Amino acid sequence: MEQSIVDVSNLSRTFGDKAALDDVSFRATAGQVYGLVGSNGAGKTTLLKHLLGLLRAASGSVRVFGLDPVRDPVGVLGRVGYLSEERELPEWMRIDELMRYTQAYHQTWDAAYARELLETFALDPAKKVKDLSKGMRAQAGLIVAVAHRPALLILDEPSSGLDAVVRRDILDAIVRAVADDGRTVIFSSHLLDEVERMSDHVTLMHQGRVTLSGALDEVRRQYQRSRVHFAENFVQPPVLETALLIEGGGRAWSVVHSGAPEKFRQSVLARGGEVVESRDATLEEIFMARAGRSRQQMEAA
Amino acid sequence: MYHCTRTLQLAQSEESTVDISINLTDGVPIYRQIVNQVKYLVASGLLRPGEELPPIRTLALQLKVTPNTIVKAYGELEISGVLQKRHGSGTFVSDARPQLAVRERRRVIEQRIDALLAEAHQLNYTADDILRMVRERKAAMDENVAEAAEENKEKGR
Repeated sequence: MEQSIVDVSNLSRTFGDKAALDDVSFRATAGQVYGLVGSNGAGKTTLLKHLLGLLRAASGSVRVFGLDPVRDPVGVLGRVGYLSEERELPEWMRIDELMRYTQAYHQTWDAAYARELLETFALDPAKKVKDLSKGMRAQAGLIVAVAHRPALLILDEPSSGLDAVVRRDILDAIVRAVADDGRTVIFSSHLLDEVERMSDHVTLMHQGRVTLSGALDEVRRQYQRSRVHFAENFVQPPVLETALLIEGGGRAWSVVHSGAPEKFRQSVLARGGEVVESRDATLEEIFMARAGRSRQQMEAA
Repeated sequence: MYHCTRTLQLAQSEESTVDISINLTDGVPIYRQIVNQVKYLVASGLLRPGEELPPIRTLALQLKVTPNTIVKAYGELEISGVLQKRHGSGTFVSDARPQLAVRERRRVIEQRIDALLAEAHQLNYTADDILRMVRERKAAMDENVAEAAEENKEKGR
């Protein structure tokens, strides 16, 4: 069996009376990239903070490298690289000081790699963290997260608020972590095209629950998007079996559906329509279908 | 300084790129897009037998995709005989497999025909209408080419 890097089972957590995580299970194996998607407040950051031992599991269990990150922070954090959404870094340090400071915590620090990234990003080592632009701050945070060549790289919304050039640096770092070292990467993102490109596995969270999880290609295969034409005009979206999301108007509608395609086709036929075109849905379409507008339909299903 | 570094990087990576692009709007899995495009490049002679493909890491960086997707695509191309892994060196286009190229050329055209027929059906044309229209368009195209050639000849005089 593949080596399990992260094992979260039945993790629940409430903040006040709000369920932040509700019976979440999540597993990550070595050498794979995991994309975590979901709207703001879906629980992605809360889940990642449990992996880092920043939050203690109230119920359920969290294991990283087989260890409990709260009880054994040294054993876990020494092998994890983390870029937080807020990019918390010591504001008063210069970049070269930040590098030396981080290096002191990591025996595996690869000084040549850190230097190479500093040069690629053209970061001035004498500059203070508090004087960095948003993009530079992300680049500095990225170096600190990857230069000890961690077995597990965790990136929380790494691309958030960044321009295309810095986003590319982030994606390059993910590719290199996996291609050069066979590392495991878990990243959350609201940019679905990025998740579709970079993930081997995708997990969709919605209101503290995992609503969808699996190998990206398999998840994608379970959803189709079809264009449908009807003989009669529909003012309200037509009710169709297996449909999750219906958009359009009049005689022409675009439908995201899951399950047996034949069942869907029959349902369209029964309403006097015809399936004009069918293809696998994009991640964006699946996301809209499972976390977007048609929520009631989903919960009814 | 900043821009210099970037240009240098691009220049270095350019030597082993291959003309593949990823489209995220039509629902085709990324590894499948890579498989299809490599087959197309081989079938059309743009990639020749014995030519080397970029290493997994290079292509993953170029396309901004997870390296495992390239592994999957190369693996599938190897199984279907398009590519060959040579131990310790890299991944190469297999030596002449003409029947494969024939099959692939046919597949590309058939795909286009299927789309055309679906569209035609929507607009109430029969397959016979389409056949006739294909011949008409081809004749018109040939005429244009002949005229252009004639004009060129006149100019040359």
